[in-house]
This record gives sequence, structure tokens and C-alpha cells, in this order.
Amino acid sequence: MATQSNLAHQDAPQPGRRDFLYVAAGAVGAVGVAGVAWPLINQLNPDASVLALASIEFDLSGIEEGQSVTIKWRGLPVFVRHRTAAEIEEAKAVPLNELKDPETDEQRTKQGHEQWLIMIANCTHLGCIPVGESGEYDGWFCPCHGSVYDTAGRIRKGPAPKNLVVPPYEFVSDTLVQIG
Amino acid sequence: MIKTKSIIGALLVSLLFAAVPAAAQDAHAAPEIKKEAWSFAGPFGTYDRNQLQRGFQVFKEVCSSCHSAHLLAFRNLSEPGGPEFTEGQVKALAASYEINDPEAAGGKRPGIAADRWPSPFASEQDARDANGGALPPDMSVLAKARGTTQPFPWWILNYFTAYAEGGPDYIHALLNGYEETPPEGVTIPDGKHYNHYFPGNAIGMAPPLSDGAITYEEAANGTTVPQTLDQYSRDVSAFLMWVAEPHLVERKEAGMRVMVFLVVFAALMFLVKRKLWARVEH
Amino acid sequence: MAHESSYVPGNAVEKWIDDRLPIIRWSKEHLMDYPTPKNLNYWWTFGAILAFMLVVQIVTGIVLAMHYTPHVSLAFDSVEHIRRDVNGGRILQAVHAVGASMFFAAVYIHMFRGLYFGSYKAPREILWILGVLIFVLMVTTAFMGYVLPWGQMSFWAATVITNILGAIPVLGEPILQLLRGGFAVDNATLNRFFSLHYLLPFVIAAVVALHIWALHVPGNNNPIGVEVKNSRETVPFHPYYTMKDLYAVVLFCIPFAWFVFFAPDLLGHPDNYIMANSQVTPTHIVPEWYFLPFYAILRAIDFNIFFIDSKLGGVIFFAGAILVLFFVPWLDTSKVRSGSFRPVFKWFYWLFVINFVMLTWLGSAPAEGIYVLIAKLCTAYYFIYFLVVLPLLGRFEKPRPLPESITESVLAKHKAPVAQPAAAATTH
Repeated sequence: MATQSNLAHQDAPQPGRRDFLYVAAGAVGAVGVAGVAWPLINQLNPDASVLALASIEFDLSGIEEGQSVTIKWRGLPVFVRHRTAAEIEEAKAVPLNELKDPETDEQRTKQGHEQWLIMIANCTHLGCIPVGESGEYDGWFCPCHGSVYDTAGRIRKGPAPKNLVVPPYEFVSDTLVQIG
Repeated sequence: MIKTKSIIGALLVSLLFAAVPAAAQDAHAAPEIKKEAWSFAGPFGTYDRNQLQRGFQVFKEVCSSCHSAHLLAFRNLSEPGGPEFTEGQVKALAASYEINDPEAAGGKRPGIAADRWPSPFASEQDARDANGGALPPDMSVLAKARGTTQPFPWWILNYFTAYAEGGPDYIHALLNGYEETPPEGVTIPDGKHYNHYFPGNAIGMAPPLSDGAITYEEAANGTTVPQTLDQYSRDVSAFLMWVAEPHLVERKEAGMRVMVFLVVFAALMFLVKRKLWARVEH
Repeated sequence: MAHESSYVPGNAVEKWIDDRLPIIRWSKEHLMDYPTPKNLNYWWTFGAILAFMLVVQIVTGIVLAMHYTPHVSLAFDSVEHIRRDVNGGRILQAVHAVGASMFFAAVYIHMFRGLYFGSYKAPREILWILGVLIFVLMVTTAFMGYVLPWGQMSFWAATVITNILGAIPVLGEPILQLLRGGFAVDNATLNRFFSLHYLLPFVIAAVVALHIWALHVPGNNNPIGVEVKNSRETVPFHPYYTMKDLYAVVLFCIPFAWFVFFAPDLLGHPDNYIMANSQVTPTHIVPEWYFLPFYAILRAIDFNIFFIDSKLGGVIFFAGAILVLFFVPWLDTSKVRSGSFRPVFKWFYWLFVINFVMLTWLGSAPAEGIYVLIAKLCTAYYFIYFLVVLPLLGRFEKPRPLPESITESVLAKHKAPVAQPAAAATTH
């Protein structure tokens, strides 16, 4: 067996230069590979049952002034706070140059609905959930590493770099809000 | 010689692989169920949207009072390839149902499109108690969990026609298979009903549909369908097939593209192979 | 094959790699230059088809495992979740389920090809034994995979097949409990089957590597069964057989895709769309079609053999039907490899093929009446073929004259178009 192999197919015909047929077959094959690869990748994307909850509606009517609730949106906790007039006043009175991440109170709420503050409840430092109505700025205090947020959820002190994130949302009616 | 032998071999082998799986069903001694003409049969089949909407009406008004369909989500009803209700209609429909939600105040809240179809009974035991001990099966995949049988050798054809409508055929036959008086020599226990197509003939479900039981709305284009038992059962069978196979249309369309691709690619590869081997005596 | 490598590193990087890990050299020798007999027919493409199917099953399986939940109360719904909600899930799941059937279809053809052309004969015994081992692993993997959707057929298949081990005297019951992780098939069983179903395909892949290694030492058998005499009788694997095999794979994908896209449940059973229920047995339980021949043999033994009761007897024949394959290289005493030159063998061989189809059919038929008798006869012939026919035929049969070489056989084929018109038509 070994001897015949040493001759290494001397007379095996070498394929000529790539002509049109080989290029065409190769191209169609490549399309096939891509067509197979895509579903295998796309199955990693969020499935239909997850996407169906990407946008939720929430009824605000049950929340009294000065109360907050935490709801779940896309698997994340979201603070919904019905702010008191004093809190709004306090937030508006802060000069922008005192802020680490300058944003006005108007930018963080919807016009005509200033009493509603809706934010993702994860501290922008490392993701812990801050405690409400605490800290020296009457807003939130994160127990993990001591970040302090004000009544508009803006970072005032501590290691967090950014204000608490406001998710995309809009008011469907005065009491119904659609998040996402 | 070689070719003849190869062909005989190939035929035998393909017979083996084509023949056997359904042979299992061969063994049942059930009455033969007629194959109905379904719009979703065959490689080009698609659902008839109006039929699915009518079928949904039958399901909602009749079936769903006893049968659950826990895998069906409200949102499915507006997805492409199905009954295709509008999102607004689905939202309103969902909101008219109460959903058990341990996180909601009082444990219940109005439904949203993402919710699954609520079950009519709290538990299997409740369902049995309310139905004389019989459990109404869940309808989520019912149309795939039932089938028909054909005598040898006719089921071999199924492999070439891609017959996958045994479920709807059976459901349609069952709904039309009730007889008020069982044939002579057959006794049906109290609380059971005689059905020609049900295995064992004694079914717990009373005849659920009858002529004129449901009032169909006129379709947008003014066409009307007969309001008969046969039509109701056809529509609800089609709807249940969709519930079991919501992506059927999408799948078959993808299949057509794949088939065209494979035939083209096979032809090219045949030419490539022939060209390469033309220089080799073999 | 022990031939000198024709590989010359193309640049400094390739040289550097070649000095440390000659993987490019190895690939060139074994995947490209490997000398392959030039007269292989299309039955020889099933090796490549099987390699392709193994990859398909592993890739789709890994993807499905990302969405599947191995728990008795969630498994059934999680498979439906894949079909309904996961992007493209209906098709991925169908590819995996139909793929199992196609995999077995291909492996049976591959095995019957080996049996006809005597591919198990010296010096290819280990190659054959590794192949049978792969088949055993495939059966085990497929069986465990079938349990995972946790439908009625899954559950009862698991119950019935694990009960087979209960037939073992004395140790049966403890082994059964060990295997199931309980007194009946339950959550523990489902979880371990999932774990092993994920593991075994990689074991198969490893044995496949050995199988190919064992192939590359003596080289391929071929339709005339006369060993390659010189390099004029071989062609390099690439591009000749890579392209031919690819063509065959694409052709194979056509019926595969037909089932996946147009009738994904046709090869399955409706009862598996009912969630497992340990209190209710389906009226007629059958395994997947590819287990039917062996299932028929299991059921055919319904009588006691001396001190062995019928249950244990069935299990012995069932296991024996697969184990006997390991010994085929020594059971077949004929010096002639290819069945083409064995006039009497051919009859017995084709009868064996028909017998196997019959067993498949009988496995699905009810175990009553005439079926029982036919099943016994078919089971008897299955064993007679291996244990009586193959050993004796080699002594009594007078084979037709063999061609001197592949070259001679090819030339004869080309020069005698009048005498053999059918053969001429097949030459390209």
C-alpha cells in the first residue's frame, strides 16, 4: 500500500483554473451557508414572549401623592414616584452647575405631568437598588456604595457617574403611562 | 446491471424508510376518517383568515367554556399568518378577561396581549368535577395530538403529499360523528354520548355544536357562509390547527425557498462533479 | 496511509506552525490528498452524509438546549415554547427531530453497503467494529433524546425500554432504580437523560474520528473489493470526492427539507403531543421507526427457552441482534469481499434486506395473530443469516472470477458497451 502512495497521484488530473461553473457553485454554496447561519444566530435574540412584554402599560391612578411603587419592565425594577409639590420645588431650585450630570427637572419628567418621576431603579454605579426617601438630598440613597440622589433622581454625591436612567415612556392618558 | 441493481436497492431502501413510521397507525381498528380539503394542506397551503376568525368565534363562544388552551397567547391572534385581528381588537379582547397574577392586588388583573388564554377551571380536579369525571383536553396542540389512520398501502402516499392534517380531519369527523341512538348492541353508560369516531365510542362531551348555534357576522365583502354544524366544525378545526401550528404559513414559505435553493445547488454540484470526473476513467 | 507528505509550507508562518503542530500538513494529507479508489459508487457517499448529519444534530441540539427546560412540569411546554416563540424555533426543532430519522436512514444504508461489499473484512475489522460502536451510541443517544419532549410516547418509551434491564436476573431491579434514579421514570430520569443526551454526541464524534483514522490506514474498500494496486487507481480525496460527496449531501437534503418544512410531524407520532402522564398508557405504543426492527425481535421471543423466561429471552435476542454485528468480520468466511462476485450470497443478502424491512414493519404491527408467527420467522432468519449463512457460504460458494485490479474492471466496463449496456450507461 505504501509503495503505490509514494507515486502521489502523478497522473491525477489537476483541475484547471476556476471557470464559471466552479465560481457559480461556490457562490450558491456561500448563500446556503449564510442562509443556515442566520437562523442559528437569530435564535439568540429575544423571543416573541419576551418581546411581547417589551412595552407595558401602567395605571398611575392608585398612587397617592408622596408614594412610590416599584414595577417590573423588561426584567428591570422601575421606580414610579408621585412627587409632592415640595419635592418638585426642591428639584427645580437646584442650579445646574451644582450637578455632576447636569439635567433639569423638566428634562427628567413630562410636561404637565411633573409630579410623576419614572426611572429605572438601578444605581448607575454598579446596579444596586437605592433606598427611597432617604439621603441628604431627600431623594434616594444607595446602600451599596453610598451614592446619593435628589428628588429628581439626579446624582449628587458618591461614586455613581450618572443620574438614574429615565426609560422611554409616554402618557396615554392622564393616569395611564406606556413604558417602552 | 449495476444501474438496475442500484435502482432496485434504492427502491427497497426508500420503501423501508417511507413505509414504516405510519405502519404503526395501520394497526388501529378505528373507522376510516375522510380526508377533508383544507386550505392549509400541502406545500403551498395557507390559512384562510376569515375561516380562522370564524373558528375563533366558535372556540371562544363554545369550546373555551370547558377546554383550556394555555399555550395560546392573546397576542398570537394578531400575528401574521393567523386570524390577524387588529392589535386594538386583541387588546380589548384581552382586557375583557381576568388573569390570575399573584403579584396583582387581589390576585387578579385584566389581561394584556402578552397573556396566555386563561383556563376555564382552576385545576384539573375542578375540570373533572364539572365534567362528570372526564377531563376536557387542553386545546393548545390538540390538532397535532390527534390523527387519522389509512389502511395499507395508502399511507405511503402521505410521505409524498406531506399529509399533516390528520388532526383537523379527526376533529371535524368527531364533531359530526354524534348519533342520538347508538347502533344496536352498543350500550353507552349514563352521562356519556355515542360518537362514531371517538375511540371506544363513549365520549364524555355532549354534542357541542348544532346547526344555527352560532351567529356568524357577515364578512366585509358581503359573503356569507352556511351556519351549519358542518361549517362550524370545519372552521373550528382549522382554527385549532392554527393554534397548534401558528407558524405553518411562515414555515411552508421558507420551505419553498429552501427547495428552490437545494434544486439549483444540486444541479450545479452535479455539473461540478461531472466536469471534475470527466477526466477520470472510473 | 503511510505515504510521504507532499506538503511544503507556503510561508514562514506556516513553517513555524508546521514545526510545532503540523496540523496543516495533517489536514492536507488526510482531508485533501488522501488517495481514494476511483471506482467508488454513490453508496460510498453515505459516510460523508453521516458526518454532515452528526454536525447538523450537534449544532441544532446545542441551540435547542439554550431554550429547553429539563423538568417534568416544564419540559413539554418548553419544547412548545421553542416551536412558538423562539425565533425560527419551529424549524430548528423540526430539523433536529427529522434529522434523527434522516441520520438513521443514512446509517442503515451505510451499514447495508458495508455488508454487501464486505467492507468489514481484513484488514478493516476495527473500522467495522468502531462503526457498530457508533451505531450503538447513536441508538442510545436517540432514545434519550426522544424522552426529552416529555410527551406520552417519550414517557412510555422510557418506561418500557428501561424495563428491559429489569429482565436481568437478580441485579435487574437495583440496576433499574439506579438508571431511573427512582422507582419509576420521573424527574431524575429526565434530567440524567438530558445530561447524557448532550454528552453522547461528542463521544460519537470522538469515535467517528477513530473510525476515520481506521479507514485511512488500510484505505477505502471499493465496489469490486480488490485492493488498490497503484496510484493510478486512486484519486485525491479533494476535489474528486469532496465535490461528489457534497453533491450527494445536497441531494440528501432535499427529502430532509421536504419533511422539515412541509410535514415535520409525519415521522413522529401524534401521542407525543400529549404531555406525559404516568397514569395513562396510550392505546398503541411504538418506538420511532428506526428502532422497529430490533423492537420486533424483542417482542418475537414470547416463549421460555429452558430456564430463561420469555422476558429475559427477548432481551438477549434484542441485545444479540446488535452484538452479532461486532463479530461479522469473523463470521463471514468468504475470501471474496464484494457481494457482486458472489452469486449465492446475493440471494441471501437481498433476502436479509427484505427480512429487515419486514422486521421494521412487524415492529409497528400489533403483537397478535399472524404477525407473531411472521416476526418469529424473520427474527430466526436475522440470526441464521449471520450465524449460519455467512460462515457456511464461504466454504461452499464458488465465486465468479475477480478482476485483477480496479484498472482492469474499469477498462472492462468501458470496452464492453454492447455486452453490458446498462453498465455503459452509468459511466460518465
